[in-house]
Amino acid sequence: MLSGILNSYFVKTHRLEISITIIAIVLFLIYFFGATHVFTRFPIYRAFMQSMPFFGIIAISATFVVTLGEIDLSFPSIVGITSLTFGMLLTSTDGNFFISFALATALGMFAGLVNGLLVTKIGIPSIVATIGTLFFWRGLVNVISQGSGIAIVDEADGTWHHTIFVDKLFDTIPAQFIWFVILTGLMQWVYRYHKFGNHIHFVGDNKASAQMMGIDVDRVKIIAFVQLGFFSALAGIFTMYEMLYFWPTQGSGLMLTTLAAVFVGGTSVFGGKGTVYGTFIGVLIIGSLESGIVALGLSGFYVQFINGLMITIAVTIYALIQKRKN
Amino acid sequence: MSEQLLKLENIYKNFGNVKVLKDVNITINKGEVVALIGDNGAGKSTLIKVITGVHRPNSGKIFFKESEVEIKSVSQSRKMGIEAVYQERALCDQQELYRNIFAGREITNSLGFLNIKQQRKEAEKILRNYIGFTSKAITVDSQVMGLSGGEKQGVAFGRSLYFNSDLIVLDEPTMGLSIQETEKVLNFVKGLKNENKSAIFIDHNIIHVYGAADRFIILDRGEVVGEFLKNEISREELVKKMIQLHESGKIKVEA
Repeated sequence: MLSGILNSYFVKTHRLEISITIIAIVLFLIYFFGATHVFTRFPIYRAFMQSMPFFGIIAISATFVVTLGEIDLSFPSIVGITSLTFGMLLTSTDGNFFISFALATALGMFAGLVNGLLVTKIGIPSIVATIGTLFFWRGLVNVISQGSGIAIVDEADGTWHHTIFVDKLFDTIPAQFIWFVILTGLMQWVYRYHKFGNHIHFVGDNKASAQMMGIDVDRVKIIAFVQLGFFSALAGIFTMYEMLYFWPTQGSGLMLTTLAAVFVGGTSVFGGKGTVYGTFIGVLIIGSLESGIVALGLSGFYVQFINGLMITIAVTIYALIQKRKN
Repeated sequence: MSEQLLKLENIYKNFGNVKVLKDVNITINKGEVVALIGDNGAGKSTLIKVITGVHRPNSGKIFFKESEVEIKSVSQSRKMGIEAVYQERALCDQQELYRNIFAGREITNSLGFLNIKQQRKEAEKILRNYIGFTSKAITVDSQVMGLSGGEKQGVAFGRSLYFNSDLIVLDEPTMGLSIQETEKVLNFVKGLKNENKSAIFIDHNIIHVYGAADRFIILDRGEVVGEFLKNEISREELVKKMIQLHESGKIKVEA
């Protein structure tokens, strides 16, 4: 019976997804039995649902870039520059949501386009190109903001746009989490069942073959960077609505948690294989570690240590699965 | 005389100062398998890359089905009916077979979402009808990784037949294959003629070339230096010509 299940078609083709799900379940069981008083009550889950989407949205989108065999390190600064733009526009237009949203996300896509062009047309490896743009956009934030923040309380608090971005549905579920789940579903669909997602897989698998099959490799890469720019801007806007404030370092803490969620989720750094669902579970794991560890009664000093342990265990399992396959 | 499919006229191609193709003129007729032979660096790969749209020539004209064409990209050459089958680059290893067959030519709805069901169904037909895969181990959902070199090329052949290509370009299709696998690939090539398809065939092994091709074009240092119909020349003579060319370093082969 057990071996029957283990050899079934579904299990064979979804080893990664199953492994990550088991890791997440075990982790949450540890939380549950180790800190029963916290995890039998709702507030901890609400806190998770409130904070995870900010980096989760970017992690889902970054899964496309990683599947290409590329990397983008600049998104924390894209979050910064687009949030600044959004805050400045919202305050200067007296709360005009449409103009602020359109221009901030357009700037995010432009920043993605710059990354895409540097990688494809100039030929700079993405890790190098995006280190450059990481500093560039953050530097621009510092120059423009002169180190001070922007409050958007007057323009945003209590508005309809604030409601649809971050209000609590039925006074319990944060709207950003609902958006995050919807986006995950949509992006998973695009990833597996849209031409674009299909091309992402082929380019990441083998660039030369993909080109021989008539896929426009450069175009696919550029679009991938552009959509990551868009979703970085979107994540920044979500954060702005939650905090009602822009601060010049906004976004800079996102880099490692976001990329960790993608890799823990099982997307291969070599490209060609990945899963949006895995990234979603990766977000649940990485996003719950800090509060989970503290709730378990361990001191905050353990957070990084256990974070490191989780990432190492997860990627080791994937490497072993891959090895067995070959 | 049979109908002309592809004609190259005075093709030149430089990479920087290096003249890789010099005044190349060739024709390929319908239903004909033409072998391109020559040493490494003779320009064979560049020539087929010009035909498949990977490279664009510096000068010269290309005629396909009697009208002049400019081949700007791989997807354009594919649309015209020219399809390349590269051993190493035919398929993507980690993707499923049915996705490989339709990569770059997906069956989608108007929003660009894939019709997976249709693709799998068609892929199944291709495996059965064109390639003759009956083994249960290989299905349309198999990852390409598990296929042998010959099987991979079989899939690429099946794909080109399914999409009704008129000209199939084969770059070293038998390199590194076992004898049995080579036999399969050569059979695919011979099978093309029954479908009235044409092929350009590059291979280092003159024995394979001789068995499969109708005509031989010898390239040397970017120039066409000899051209023979199969019934004009025996296998031994062809080998002798190649050795002559190699030893003398002469540009022209005496016909």
